[in-house]
Amino acid sequence: MDILIRGGRVIDPAQGIDRHLDVWIADGKIMALGPDMRIPSQHAPDDPRPAPHLIEAQGCVVAPGFLDMHVHLREPGFEYKETIATGLAAAAAGGFTAVAAMANTKPVNDTPAVTEFMLRRAAAVGGTRLLPIGAVSVGLAGEELAEIGGMHKAGIVGLSDDGMPVMNPRLMRRAMEYGRMLELPVLSHCEDHRLSSGGVMHEGDVSTALGLIGVPAVAENVMVYRDIQLAELTGAHLHIQHVSTAEAVDLVRRAKEQGITVTAEACPHHFTLTHEAVQGYDTNTKVNPPLRTAADVEAIKAGLQDGTLDVIASDHAPHHVSEKDQDYAAAPAGMIGLETSVGLALRLYHEGILSLSQIVAKYTVYPASILGVPHGTLRVGSNADVTILDPDYTYEVEATTLRSRSKNSPFLGWRLRGAAVATLVSGEVIFERL
Amino acid sequence: MSTIDLRGRDLLGIESLTADEIHYILDAVPPFKEISKRDIKKVPTLRGKTIINLFFEPSTRTRTSFEIAGKRLSADVINISVATSSVSKGESLRDTAENLQAMQADVLVVRHSAAGVPHLLARYLPSPVINAGDGAHEHPTQALLDLYTLQEKWGTLTGHTVLIVGDIAASRVARSNMLAMRKLGMQVCVCGPRTMLPIGIEQMGVECTSDFDTAIQGADAVMMLRIQRERHGEVLFPSLQEYSERYCLTSERLRRAKSGVLVMHPGPMNRGVEIAPEVADGLESVILTQVTNGVAVRMALLYLLLGGS
Repeated sequence: MDILIRGGRVIDPAQGIDRHLDVWIADGKIMALGPDMRIPSQHAPDDPRPAPHLIEAQGCVVAPGFLDMHVHLREPGFEYKETIATGLAAAAAGGFTAVAAMANTKPVNDTPAVTEFMLRRAAAVGGTRLLPIGAVSVGLAGEELAEIGGMHKAGIVGLSDDGMPVMNPRLMRRAMEYGRMLELPVLSHCEDHRLSSGGVMHEGDVSTALGLIGVPAVAENVMVYRDIQLAELTGAHLHIQHVSTAEAVDLVRRAKEQGITVTAEACPHHFTLTHEAVQGYDTNTKVNPPLRTAADVEAIKAGLQDGTLDVIASDHAPHHVSEKDQDYAAAPAGMIGLETSVGLALRLYHEGILSLSQIVAKYTVYPASILGVPHGTLRVGSNADVTILDPDYTYEVEATTLRSRSKNSPFLGWRLRGAAVATLVSGEVIFERL
Repeated sequence: MSTIDLRGRDLLGIESLTADEIHYILDAVPPFKEISKRDIKKVPTLRGKTIINLFFEPSTRTRTSFEIAGKRLSADVINISVATSSVSKGESLRDTAENLQAMQADVLVVRHSAAGVPHLLARYLPSPVINAGDGAHEHPTQALLDLYTLQEKWGTLTGHTVLIVGDIAASRVARSNMLAMRKLGMQVCVCGPRTMLPIGIEQMGVECTSDFDTAIQGADAVMMLRIQRERHGEVLFPSLQEYSERYCLTSERLRRAKSGVLVMHPGPMNRGVEIAPEVADGLESVILTQVTNGVAVRMALLYLLLGGS
């Protein structure tokens, strides 16, 4: 059945479109964009085709399907935290039509077999698309290169040892060289383990007052600098994950000015919360890299504004309640984010920091081009992956309504303004907020 | 008119107490100290109440002090020492605490090597939780007994300067004392090698130095801390000998201080490392008075939290 999305404000940064248009979808593809569109099956009473499904989008933004390029779906291996099915359901509810799944599953996604398994599971589940990220090193151990070529054939769209930063600079160099050859970006979790080990939150006055061991900002900064240097040396596409410090924003900004192929992402929690959120020892505030200072938050907002930070990604990291229900140091790091990402990003719109078009770009054309996938646009002929946003839809974040199998969010109880109200993949409505 | 009422409250840290509440607790101590001087050191104040000491970290002084305090008030005191390894049996902190709660404990006294554990337990337990030391965070009853000891000697606390020396980064005693002393209008200087002075410590309103010989000249009391090697997992100074040369309170160093200076130590002491034996046993030392007062302060606190009569 054809679909007609009527009356919405279409924002498609890939085509430079930002105006009120209708969107006609047929056979799972974008058929046409146009003002006050009437499609043939609507006005020909004798047309044998069924009338189109109408989606009224007045007051809403109609955008290309959002892509979250940094999530952990936990399957295979940690299905008690999340499965591909529950993770993709959470993604759909959050407005995402595609997610890039990190490799730290069990077994690690370091072979084509695991990549194929993930893609098969996702295809069986349907809905939001899964884009697998392959490990840089075997077992994320940082010692030898994983089967990158094989995984590439199987369908990975990027390389990352996320969570287990590649400490060996020589191996990182080789990964970049290999990645460049296959046109795979290297997504880097920048953290010098020797500086950060034992740390459970940002090192500063709050960690000192709480008696918790801190992770200094320099643990991130030195690795951002190292990887930028390696990117310059190798010509690879380096993508810095979850930038959390002001200095890292600045390093990326300068590298871009020098023409080095580097891109970067920011996570909603890093532009929303500071380390003061850790007071009270809520383990849902434990995340890696940690929540940092107000100055870092401001620098990240500025980086999003001036384009230094290309992408907003959630680093959705589900953990079971029994794992988070421990003391702060013992609890694992990570928070879920798929279902709060858009609402938190739209705070930046309501605060006047980012335009809607900037926000849409950071969820669509930029992540799609970094990963080299044919998503992130409403260009005629492309798959009809669409996210419809109501920037004023106000709701409370509640554990009972989250689709994710885990509920480890520091934003439970927050009222957010702005959400995806419908998500379409290949012309099928996979989520609708009533 | 005092409207302070601590009944049913948790004592998770000095951080959550006001200056008035600290004074209120300290002012309640003397009658309890008197009880310990009697021939029959027992009153029926907390008869029928159950106090559980839940210690996940070894402790002699603090656990015994709480036990004696409870027993002198006629409460039933149960000591549970949980080796950290038994957590690996799979029972969560929450389950352990809730089971004890289900046996109708009236107060839980908790020590744990991880910061924030008493706060975690307090979220689940309706009865008061007393923090008997959580990681490098707080040890509020130690600060209260230190303040009481100083107040007993000086009559008043405001305006005095205390120098805390040693492993500041790892010390919950230092943190609770810094908070308490600042709240009561005292001056605090912390001193140690730069590797043991955590980032941002000045934000607690204290002075910060590595020069013991100079800092000691302005102090009305010097509190020595031991090196908590078990918390660091790394070496923060080249050798014990070098540490001692710079940060051991020797009688020679003590001569630089004002006359009448008081020497404190929360224990356990490492004689010859951070404090010379003759100083620990010297005239200026109030180290054993601290221990005596610890029982009285904890008696007062149990009384105030449990609302005994």
